[in-house]
Amino acid sequence: MQELGKAEHSSIRVTPQGENRVIVEKDLSSEEMILNMGPQHPSTHGVLRLECKTDGEVVIEAEPYLGYLHRCFEKHAEMVDYPGIVPFVDRMDYLASMNNDFAYCIAVEKLLDIEIPRRVEFMRVIVSEINRIASHLVAIGTYAIDLGAFTPFLFCFRDREHMLNLLEWTSGARMLYNYILIGGVAYDFPKDFAHRTLEFVKYFRPKALELQKLLTENEIFVKRTKGVGMMPADVAINYGWSGPMLRGSGVEWDLRRVDGYSVYPELDFKVCVPDGKFSDIGDSLSRHVVRALEIEESLNIIEQCLDKMPEEEGFDPRSAIPKRIRPKAGEVYGRAENPRGELGFYIISDGKSTKPLRCKARSSCFVNLSAMKELSLGQLIPDLVAIIGSIDIVLGEVDR
Amino acid sequence: MSTSLNVWSDALSEFSLFGLPVGLVIVAALPLVFIALYALTYGVYGERKISAFMQDRLGPMEVGKWGILQTLADILKLLQKEDIVNKSADKFLFVIGPGILFVGSFLAFAVLPFGPAFIGADLNVGLFYAIGIVALEVVGILAAGWGSNNKWALYGAIRSVAQIVSYEIPAAIAILCGVMMAGTLSMQQFTILQQGEYGFLHFFLFQNPIAWIPFLIYFIASLAETNRAPFDIPEAESELVAGYFTEYSGMKFAVIFLAEYASMFMVSAIISIVFLGGWNSPFPNIGPLLLNDWTTGPVWGAFWIIMKGFFFIFIQMWLRWTLPRLRVDQLMHVCWKVLTPFAFVAFVLTAIWEIYVK
Repeated sequence: MQELGKAEHSSIRVTPQGENRVIVEKDLSSEEMILNMGPQHPSTHGVLRLECKTDGEVVIEAEPYLGYLHRCFEKHAEMVDYPGIVPFVDRMDYLASMNNDFAYCIAVEKLLDIEIPRRVEFMRVIVSEINRIASHLVAIGTYAIDLGAFTPFLFCFRDREHMLNLLEWTSGARMLYNYILIGGVAYDFPKDFAHRTLEFVKYFRPKALELQKLLTENEIFVKRTKGVGMMPADVAINYGWSGPMLRGSGVEWDLRRVDGYSVYPELDFKVCVPDGKFSDIGDSLSRHVVRALEIEESLNIIEQCLDKMPEEEGFDPRSAIPKRIRPKAGEVYGRAENPRGELGFYIISDGKSTKPLRCKARSSCFVNLSAMKELSLGQLIPDLVAIIGSIDIVLGEVDR
Repeated sequence: MSTSLNVWSDALSEFSLFGLPVGLVIVAALPLVFIALYALTYGVYGERKISAFMQDRLGPMEVGKWGILQTLADILKLLQKEDIVNKSADKFLFVIGPGILFVGSFLAFAVLPFGPAFIGADLNVGLFYAIGIVALEVVGILAAGWGSNNKWALYGAIRSVAQIVSYEIPAAIAILCGVMMAGTLSMQQFTILQQGEYGFLHFFLFQNPIAWIPFLIYFIASLAETNRAPFDIPEAESELVAGYFTEYSGMKFAVIFLAEYASMFMVSAIISIVFLGGWNSPFPNIGPLLLNDWTTGPVWGAFWIIMKGFFFIFIQMWLRWTLPRLRVDQLMHVCWKVLTPFAFVAFVLTAIWEIYVK
């Protein structure tokens, strides 16, 4: 910040981060240009608009403008009853609908204080972990596109297709599932689901390795991302980062471990943080690597869940769903680990109505994106794209 | 038997009707038909299919069998589109930009020897002309980018100019190494010098162990000159929307697109003429198997140079669909700090080899 302040006057731009980075010094005075990036720009992942002040290729300041996908989720939530909110929640982070449902249901169940059947817990964890892999694949694939590699993107989508098929088979929908309901799930797993899921896991492991060879270990990819968009752990915590973003900065913070909701305490999985050998801790590459490692962990979780899940003939997953949801007066904050970080719902109930008095969503992407201004300081335009990609925003959740 | 396999090719070139050299015209028409077919239609189709197969897809499948008419359909669609020139554009530059690009990339075809029987113009400075005329594209790109009056296009144009002008240097030095080996600038002479019964062993690439350095340098630099990945920063679609042709649509866009494919073939042809023997057959004569003789002739010549060109185009596409894109400063780093010094080293080594070893 101070460096930039000085730079403003002497017309010297310092780009302090990154390997082989050139310090741009200019004797000639140059003018700044305002460059409008988005809302219809290929690498803003939807409808994010960045207003960049640029000096040549160097971005001096990037100000994100939001709201192009605002759909009044919070107001809508006050108008419909508790189960009716689930489809709205689906549409927030549309790449990880299952996880959204999960977070919302955790919040409402906390308010209602109801007991969930054990099998349902396992089912929820399985579907949300499948969805986590699918979401991370989109994140990795679009990140590859941002950096100019097209093929990994299509490989990711090819494999994501298998997961969408599994989820479609379970819930009847490919993207917006409306599957996890308050107190249960919509349907029991189809017959043979475990077998097909294990088959998928077996199929996917070599594909993940292929992706690693093609993208993560690619020299150009590493050069483009290593040391770009550095975020020290303390600043990341101050910004309220969560999920792979925070773990990329080296903080071992995973709500699945910290909160230990659902059946996660019984499962054996690692909280992935970069070791600092392959990437600089806190850079874009770390965040990418964390996502790649998490895919592996999610596969392990799915295997363990399928192993531990109690088999019940004629199981009714809706058995614990309350007939009429009218919580007693109070307020609750429920949260879950989404692929993009902590998704939390703050719900106030007045005790009389079947609708929440207030339902505030704490969106992970929105909070992660808030550091954009700091991250974009003095970066080149290609690096700005690399940074936006590493934040992995879904505008549906940012704007809600 | 020895010549029976290429007898038809020779006979065709000598065939005449009422004293008119009809055969020669046919031979000459082959490359022209190829240029029209490849550069105007099937380069795009090839790229779409190759990328599709690399990505576990099918690619275009709807128009015609295996989608082979897809590009024609696309061209027809583009022809029907409204010709939009945005209000604030510099109309003259905006219109002339694609034209310069197109002319620049297609003029170079004039000096390409498509076989012993056909070359558009055998200039004694053919190679020099080819390098020079391909560089005319810079003017077209700058005109297109500036004329669009769009900030993204401007970024693309400026990046492109910086990139192409920089990469001309290692490319030209690498070509000079070949020129030193041949002692001529004429493309036809170049090819004739690499003729011989041992096929590929007569190619400059195998005549001189140092030739591999300029060969690789020129190949890398040619990727940058034609704006192909991993050096496609002027049109980096994820950064600059579409770079210098952001504002173009309809036939102007198609013209830019076709010029790109034409110059892709152009650099591939130059590299195969300078280092890989142009229209010469790569097969050697082995004892009684006169592979080289059998595969030499006017039509074979066109076949070989086109095939060699295709081979390099395939590698270009392969790289494009595998590698991520470099950053601007990394691109310049590669050019000035890696390729240019190595090109100079290769230049000196080639000179030493030519004087003392050969």
